[in-house]
Amino acid sequence: MTIDSFLHQDGEWLKGVGPHSNVVMSSRTRLARNLDKYPFSHWANKKQLEDILETVREAAASVPFLKDSLFIRLKDLSDVDRLFLVERHLMSPEHAKDVESKALIVDSKEVLSIMVNEEDHLRIQVLQSGLNLLEAWRIIDKIDTELSKNIPFAYSTKWGYLTACPTNTGTGLRGSVMLHLPALVFTNQINRVLQATAKLGLNIRGLYGEGSEAAGNFFQVSNQVSLGRTEEDIIDGIERIINQIIAREETMRKNILAKNKEALSDRVWRAYGTLKNAHIITSNESISLLSAIRLGVELGIVKNLDVRMINELIMMTQPAHLQKLEGKLLNSEERDVKRANLIRDRLK
Amino acid sequence: MLCDVCNKREATVHLTEIINDQVTKLHLCEECAKEKGAEMEEHFGLNDLLAGLADLGQTIESRAAESIKCPKCNFTYQDFTKIGRFGCGECYEAFKKHLTPLLKRIHGTDRHVGKVPLMAGKTVKDTKNIQELRAKLDKAIQAEEFEEAARLRDKIKEIEGKLKNPKDEK
Repeated sequence: MTIDSFLHQDGEWLKGVGPHSNVVMSSRTRLARNLDKYPFSHWANKKQLEDILETVREAAASVPFLKDSLFIRLKDLSDVDRLFLVERHLMSPEHAKDVESKALIVDSKEVLSIMVNEEDHLRIQVLQSGLNLLEAWRIIDKIDTELSKNIPFAYSTKWGYLTACPTNTGTGLRGSVMLHLPALVFTNQINRVLQATAKLGLNIRGLYGEGSEAAGNFFQVSNQVSLGRTEEDIIDGIERIINQIIAREETMRKNILAKNKEALSDRVWRAYGTLKNAHIITSNESISLLSAIRLGVELGIVKNLDVRMINELIMMTQPAHLQKLEGKLLNSEERDVKRANLIRDRLK
Repeated sequence: MLCDVCNKREATVHLTEIINDQVTKLHLCEECAKEKGAEMEEHFGLNDLLAGLADLGQTIESRAAESIKCPKCNFTYQDFTKIGRFGCGECYEAFKKHLTPLLKRIHGTDRHVGKVPLMAGKTVKDTKNIQELRAKLDKAIQAEEFEEAARLRDKIKEIEGKLKNPKDEK
């Protein structure tokens, strides 16, 4: 197996299945762990970083769940391949920088990945389709326990797992959920939801786009507090709030359907028309239009497409994916053409 | 550059506010920044909090804090205030005095109650034992089973004595 085999498979979060998959794209858990003998990644020397890589590689090899996994030295990859892994949510953008002593372990189904020598020595991540945070926690909990049989983690009885940054201390756990909230955006309620969510100790930010612009109405919600609560408690807290956001989004979708069906259909079908006919399209425009079509699919306005296909298009039209598909480097203008071609082809 | 508010003193604090997609940049002197600070507080995120630590050096006490060095990895508290990360796990112990209020500000507490690893040395196993014994002790006290409570208390003391773990001190 190589990373190229990911290109033609649906990663876990692309599947468009699982609880509340009409609103929730995916759920993710992440654990921050460090080896107790070594300085944190940014403060360790080259030899220590290599030792850490080797220790983690060996420990991972004995985890049953990781039997079919890749151990990738990031320095062996091209820039495009590294970006490809970021686009597939298998690693962070930070992990793609200064790659000399970094690695990524990823299982063949793209459910589990472990970044080695990111901010912490290990950043273990589990992805699940739909609202499945508890399951994502159960899986990561098992893998963490397996790894801890062979790796002594930095841990204090008082502070819990010791992490490079004090914002992750304690459980080292970050649970996050990717949401598609077009109706809350259309009805201008999103800011109130964002503010309320922030007050309840959760972070919320746009998934695509930069700064305060959330392209495509995709948002990511995650916990801020990692210390002083049990893991189950943290997961439960996020799920409760997410459930309320989902309920609100669904109510607004019904309202729009009842009161503004024509305006909504117009928006959805114009998006469809543009995507089906455009010859040049930027990634921001395509994601906004795909978001509109996704809503159309979710509300039964568009019947010949499914959510999985929209998810796939959102994934495939990202810069590194387009270049992997094409098998060569493309500049931004070339990508815009290639992107439009790909979408036209799929919507035929 | 002069302060945007009073136009008298030199601006030393630079703020970027984003409200409803409107970006506002403010350059303030320290005094006006303090006033503004009160109303800004609820907009501040974690990064600001950590960055806030960076303006140490104002008092004698904080200057002393900057020079604290982790005996294991030589990382200083000043390094931490600059980059918001520690050097190694031992830094937590070395910077304990300043870490406690910081953790409380971030998480509302400084006590871990979650998962305990299988293998982080025998310390951890003993600690888990103590936690379980303490829970039993609470129950015994509630049930007024004082003999059992005394037995548990002694056992906890015994394990704690063996541990002598500096990380566990109050």
